[in-house]
Order: sequence, then structure tokens, then C-alpha cells
Amino acid sequence: MQRWSRFNIASIVLGFAFLYLPIVLLVIFSFNESKLVTVWAGFSTKWYVQLFHNQALLDAAWVTVRVGLISATVATVLGTLAALAMTRYTRFRGRMLFSGMIYAPLVMPEVITGLSMLLLFVAIGFDRGFWTLTLAHITFTMCFVAVVVQSRLLSFDRSIEEAAMDLGATPVATFLQVTLPVIAPAVFSGWVLAFTLSLDDLVISSFTSGPGATTLPMRIYSQVRLGVTPEINAVCTILIGIVAIGVLIASVVSRRREIQRVKDEQAAFAH
Amino acid sequence: MKSLGSIRRSFAPWADPTSIPFIAVKNVTKKFGDFVAVDDLSLNIYPREFFALLGASGCGKSTLLRMLAGFEQPTSGEIVLDGQSLAGIPPYKRPVNMMFQSYALFPHMTVENNIAFGLKQDGMPKADIAERVDQMLKLVKLDKFAKRKPHQLSGGQRQRVALARSLAKRPKVLLLDEPLGALDKKLREETQFELMDLQQELGLTFVVVTHDQEEAMTMADRIAVMAHGKVVQVATPPEIYEAPNSRFVADFIGDVNIFDGTVSAVGNGTIEIATETGFTVRVASTEPPAVGAKAGFAVRPEKIRVGRDQPACAPLNAAQGEIWDIGYLGDMTVFHVKLKDGKVIKASSLNAVRAVEDPLGYDQEVWISFDENAGVVLKD
Repeated sequence: MQRWSRFNIASIVLGFAFLYLPIVLLVIFSFNESKLVTVWAGFSTKWYVQLFHNQALLDAAWVTVRVGLISATVATVLGTLAALAMTRYTRFRGRMLFSGMIYAPLVMPEVITGLSMLLLFVAIGFDRGFWTLTLAHITFTMCFVAVVVQSRLLSFDRSIEEAAMDLGATPVATFLQVTLPVIAPAVFSGWVLAFTLSLDDLVISSFTSGPGATTLPMRIYSQVRLGVTPEINAVCTILIGIVAIGVLIASVVSRRREIQRVKDEQAAFAH
Repeated sequence: MKSLGSIRRSFAPWADPTSIPFIAVKNVTKKFGDFVAVDDLSLNIYPREFFALLGASGCGKSTLLRMLAGFEQPTSGEIVLDGQSLAGIPPYKRPVNMMFQSYALFPHMTVENNIAFGLKQDGMPKADIAERVDQMLKLVKLDKFAKRKPHQLSGGQRQRVALARSLAKRPKVLLLDEPLGALDKKLREETQFELMDLQQELGLTFVVVTHDQEEAMTMADRIAVMAHGKVVQVATPPEIYEAPNSRFVADFIGDVNIFDGTVSAVGNGTIEIATETGFTVRVASTEPPAVGAKAGFAVRPEKIRVGRDQPACAPLNAAQGEIWDIGYLGDMTVFHVKLKDGKVIKASSLNAVRAVEDPLGYDQEVWISFDENAGVVLKD
């Protein structure tokens, strides 16, 4: 038996408190009766009700979801193609430069990414709005997809593609029937990552969006500048809930799959 | 199966100058950068032949197989299949199929979909596909596993799925890359014979790559021993074993004792070699080297007799020594005999009777001897 020393208990409590205390406070105060964020005045769900009458906030949420869906999908296609190019064609000229350029946005300060895109859109006279926002999100989420898919492709057994071609599948058929289904989980997690990043983003969005294309993080930020209301807490609680459910489902599914795989393998070798 | 045996014995198209090779590899060279994987190699493989490419890893055998499949293109030279040049033809248009070393099963498809994959690419009608898949499953005795995924199968079952999948399209040639490498010994031996039966039954041409000489000897009609991108010898298993054409082949296949020396006499279909070990060997030779030439003499352990008494042929083909080591293997016993000059040779004898009275023991003074046709002359 392991003994729990006081030190261990203290570090765990402090660690979790550090991570979750702010979130817990936010959730609690979203159910606060009072308009004052820091004073508890009894339980109420009125801020949630009010939330659904706040048209500006709902519009912002809708913009965010649309930008997220479009940009995540396009970024997934582009990121997967980039990952394929980098793992498959290891000897083309300028490969180092190419892969470096794909990864640069990962470490580039968002302010710089946002500013540079703003300058570009202004320079080419592209009116800022929904589409500039979406383009900017595609650009910065694509590299995350490329990284996720590339790590899957590195452990990919190329001989199954050769087997497919050997059996008469053209390169395109091989990609669609063999490569893509096998790397699909990685492509999907790339998509989820891109979608989440797009939902969260404030800095790049602020630079690249225009009138009529305000995202939820931007709306929340601008409201907070006028003073924190419990309504914001309610929005955030809903967001936390959605994210938590997503994470929960993903981990339950992968856990189940793992258990099933182990069972299958045991069954196979029992023969 | 009896009739197959008799066909087998008379099957030797390579000896018939009028027979047309099914696969002709003509002066093929393959370079990867500066590295020459296959070096100006020429080979003929005949219809219905079970042909083995045997060699250590890196000898170019897998590269040659991949060129047959179309995954690599020759740097120079040409491969002709059934009268048609394969140059520039991509893998998916070649009438050959390959069984991969890793099996390369599609992990996201069931066994039956794996087998049906190639047929679907050809646009075969669904009913025909179902029938063919069924037939292939029965052939490899996996009918009960049709709905399983590859990870739900044992290694031996996966190997069968890979085989069934590569045979489903009825290719003209089946290429097998280390087909039994991942199986354990017992399963491997069983599967060797199953593969041979299958090849006979289907009347296909098999080209197998292996590093396992026992596997090659058991299964193949002919073996090409490869080294450094070249073919050293192409011959039937008995020829490879009993008449190796070079020191490399003699040493590579099985156990061998090699005595170096100088040719001291030639005549009457035999030559005599004065060995560096001190005794003289008289050996049958059809193409004798000149007197005074350097030559080696190779003799297999099982062709050497070990006994206490001086053999009648002494001093020719006989030498004295002492027993240095004894390895009892059950079916036979291996003796290591240290000759007078310190050279240790290997001799093996079959344990045909259960108990030998007064068996040979350690440090015993013995004579080794062999017949005039027991070994071969190596000129290199």
C-alpha cells in the first residue's frame, strides 16, 4: 500500500485548486441571483434565460460556429495534404523550408499572425468580414492539423498501400479506400483540434474580422470591458459544459475501443 | 497426389533449350544513389516453376522482387513477363500479385473484404466476387473467420488471409516475400508443404524470396543464390547442395568442410589435391584444373566417415585425428575431429540404431575418410 503523505495531499489539493478554482467560481456565480458578480444572493437561472434573449450574443455564437465548421473543414483538407506531402516526398527541393514554414504559425505570436493578415487584406483591398475571418482561421489552424496527421503518417505501414496497388487499385483508389480510412481517426482529431482552436480564438479574430462578423470570444471580451455581468458567466458555463462533454465522450469511446482491442487479441491467440 | 509426384520428377523446363521462359530478367541493374542493389542480373523463370531467391539480407533479392511487382523500376535492363516488357507498367496494371512479408492486411476491413479488394478493383460482379471469396476462404481453411478483422486473428491465420488475398485474382505469377518468416518453426514446416501443394494445384508460377535455406530447399524447384546484387548460382536444390559452383555457395548452403591445396595429379576423370592439412584427396572431376593450380575441396559432414580403424583407401582420402567435441542431436551425432595439423573438421553420422556398443568418446584417436565422389572441387 502506498501511503499518502501530507505533502502529497497538499500538492494535489493546491494543484487542482490552482487549475479549477477560477472555473468553479465562474460556474457558481453564473447561478447567482444578484447582478453583482462577487456577492452571492441566492440561486437563480435567470441569467441563462436572459442569455437567450440577448440577440447580439446569439448572433456572435452563430458566427463562431459557422467560422469554426468551415475553417476546420478546409484546414483539415489542406493540413492532411501538407502532412502527406511532407511524409511521402522526403527528398524534394526546399523540403526543410516548406516544413519549417508549415510549423512557424505554431510558435508565431498570434499578434503578429493577426497583424500580418490584416495588412495583407488591407493591401489587396479585401473587405474585412466573415470571409477574411474564416481565411485567417484556416491559415492558423491548418498547421495544427498537419502536425497531428503527420505524426500518424510516420507510423503508417506503407506496405498496405503497396498491397492495394498490387491488387489493382490506382493511386487515387488506394488513397480513398486504404490510406484515408486508416488515418481517419487522426484526421478527425485534427478537425476537432482545428474547430476548438477556431472557437477559442480572440487575438487573430480581432485583427481580421470586420463589421457584422463578431465572434463569441470577441463579444464576451467587449462586454467584459463594460463590466462583468453574470450573463457572461452563464455563457462561459455553457461553453465549459460543451467542452467537458466532448472530452468525456472522446475518452470513453477511446477507452472502450482499447478494451475491445485487447479482448479481440486475446481471443485470437486463444486458438 | 501420387501423379503430381511423378510430374514433379520430370519437371525441368530449364534443361530444355526449346522451352520459353515465363519471366525473363535481362541485365537488370538497380541503383539507389551510389548503392548498387541489383547488379547486371539475368534470370529465366519458367511457367509453373516454384523459384526461390535465396540470400542474406541486403543481397538484392527483395529489390528484385519489388521490381517484378512494379514498386521499383530498374535503373537499366528489362524484365519481360509472358512475352511482354514490364517497363513503365505500374504495379496496378501488372498480372502479378504479391504476398508481403508483413502480410500488409487492410486493418479496417474484414477478412472477406480483404480478399475481395482486388476483385472489386477489377469491377467484377458482386455475385462472382462472393463466390470467389468463398472459394478462397475454403482453400485456406478460414471459412469461419470471414467476418473477423485482421487484429482478431493469430499470426498463422493472418498469413493465410494474405495468401488468399494475393491468390484471389488468379495472378499469372505470385510473388512471396519471406512468406513464412513470421511463423513459428512447427507452423512454418507445415505451411511449406501446404504452399507447395497449393502451387501444384493451381498451376501457378511462384517466386519466393527467403533468407532461410531450409525453406528454399524444401519448396523450390530451383534456387538462385544471390550475393551483392548478383546471382552466384541457379540450380535445383540437390545441385546447389551437392555441386556448389563456388566457395560462397558451398559455405552458404549447409555445413561444409573446405580443404585448400594444390592440384598434384590429373587423369582418368579424377584429380588429386595435396591439401595444406597434409593428406591427399582424390576426387572425381569432369573439368579438371591444371596440375599445380590452387584448388579447394569441399565435403559435407554427413559424407565423412569416422572410425577407429585405418580405412582401406588410406593414405588417400583419409586422415588421422582425435575427437574434439560430440554433439548428440537425436537423429544424428555431430563429431568435431581435430586433425594432426590442428584443423577441426565436422562429420556427422546418422543414429540408425538405438544403442551402439562402445560408442566413440572424447579424445579418442580416430580416422576420418570419404569416397572419391563425396565432395567437389572448388576452383575459386
